[in-house]
Amino acid sequence: MPETASAPAPVALSPATLERIRAARDRYPSSRSAALPALWAAQDQLGHVPPEAMVAVAAELGIGPAEVEAVATFYAMYFRRPPGRHFVQVCRNVSCALRGADAVLRHLEAELGVADGGTSADGLVTLESTMECLGACGGAPALQVDRYTVENCSPERCAALVERLRHPDAASDGWEAGH
Amino acid sequence: MPVEELRILTRHLGQPQVTERSGYEAVGGYQSLRKALAMGPEAITAEVKASGLRGRGGAAFPTATKWGFLPKGVFPRYLCVNADESEPGCFKDRVLLEALPHQLVEGTLIAAFALQASHAFIYIRGEYRAQRELLDRCVAEAYAAGYAGRDILGSGWDCELIVHGGAGAYICGEETALLDSLEGLRGQPRLKPPFPAVRGLYGQPTVVNNVETLSNLPYILEHGGAAYAAHGTEASPGTRLFCVSGHVERPGTYEVPMGRTSFRDLLELAGGVWGGRQLKAMQPGGGSMPVLGPEHLDVPLDFKAVADAGSSLGAGALVVMDESTCLVEVSMRLVDFYHHESCGKCVPCREGTYFESQLMHRLEAGLASADELRTLADICEHMDGRCFCPLGDTATWFVMSAYRMFRDEFEAHCGAGQCPVRAQAGRAA
Repeated sequence: MPETASAPAPVALSPATLERIRAARDRYPSSRSAALPALWAAQDQLGHVPPEAMVAVAAELGIGPAEVEAVATFYAMYFRRPPGRHFVQVCRNVSCALRGADAVLRHLEAELGVADGGTSADGLVTLESTMECLGACGGAPALQVDRYTVENCSPERCAALVERLRHPDAASDGWEAGH
Repeated sequence: MPVEELRILTRHLGQPQVTERSGYEAVGGYQSLRKALAMGPEAITAEVKASGLRGRGGAAFPTATKWGFLPKGVFPRYLCVNADESEPGCFKDRVLLEALPHQLVEGTLIAAFALQASHAFIYIRGEYRAQRELLDRCVAEAYAAGYAGRDILGSGWDCELIVHGGAGAYICGEETALLDSLEGLRGQPRLKPPFPAVRGLYGQPTVVNNVETLSNLPYILEHGGAAYAAHGTEASPGTRLFCVSGHVERPGTYEVPMGRTSFRDLLELAGGVWGGRQLKAMQPGGGSMPVLGPEHLDVPLDFKAVADAGSSLGAGALVVMDESTCLVEVSMRLVDFYHHESCGKCVPCREGTYFESQLMHRLEAGLASADELRTLADICEHMDGRCFCPLGDTATWFVMSAYRMFRDEFEAHCGAGQCPVRAQAGRAA
């Protein structure tokens, strides 16, 4: 979880995160190439990539903070603000649209009480439908919860998904790609 | 006779533990790498040339010819595997990454050896996080078995194999944007020439190949290039993994011989149009490609035949649309996608996709005038061929081809106050 203390000190990347960043940096012919892996490592720890983390990544890679910021702001998957505990992406590209993606989105908006692009008041879910095709057209309509793809999303399946996310023990592990 | 799949690329699909090294080795995995190391780079390239293999990422460039563009004697060289699959309607690389990851690792190492590359990078899209972690595990298994790293299988050849995760940018599937992204920059396309073969990653000779392209190499090395080519036709050799989606009974991937199979066959494999409905339109190749109609069902899956019909096999997709589909709405979805994914580097694409999107939304809602429809066509005409990279050009292809083929439907939206197709079908907005 992100550090919520009011101290303005730079966000500390944990030793494990720094280890991941350095291991990536040392594998590439050029340390700058580790920018994306380093930002992933920072986001995995913090849940998002605040400016302080960009500064820390820049120091590890020996490049300027502005260069890291330029990268972090170009790619859609780096969060600049903390998202909900789960990130639900509803694909509305052609193949999913043809098989009812809009209904899936409306259903999830109603069930979760959150508008497309927003985060639910309880911080449980950030819902998003403006992104790339998920590459799951064979199981359209499809959505992705964190790292797992959920295919053939009927309203019943959406309801079960929301129930599971709401359950205190809900962990996203357990959805397998293709189910 | 019912149409059947021909499983060459996917011959090991579903075999036990084939996503693990031991399971893959049990079906003959990594024997082609051993063979390749004994053959040497020139013999491998000759075999790939004999196979007639053409790139499966969309451009269909002959693979061996692409390899041959590397300037002689210039080192280090790099191989990049394009696993940034994100063409709307395409999900074949997902299948190959999830179900046959070691086949890709083996194919990558064979190509890297043929090119004498010091590093091979597999650039996988950020959304495929689970697949990236699976690939990481497979690469670690390959290192542990001596298939990657130093002195590979005692051959004296060293090659580092690195899985590189993207972070959500369609443009990184464009090969030069992929290279910039891999260098730790914003993924924006580079001016060509120089082509990557001459000045690619870190300014060095580089080959970028698609996942499916390289996944074919173990078979080609095992059975010979001629055997692979014989599965298809002379003009379109081998098999291809097609992704069928949209309004069909059984969406999914189907591997069929090229040239000998038609769109009708592919549709039949996928169970036909769902609910016994009529076919209205289909989009081969993926989101970027022009639309075709029922009159094209008997066109063979051959590069030239599909080009002659006015479209392209592209990245191997087929999106099927039934009689109830509004082509204006489908065009709007695709235009929105390109608008979101435009990298912002060049004005025609950045501004053009913005205006396209604005006008498509007005048209879809029945609010646009006939003048605005003409403006839309005008904008598309001024984008196509004038954008820095193919993203902006192709952002116009579907909408303009649909406008030509379904002109009445587009015009009926003008000033209608609602979508006439939906109104006729009694569907809610």
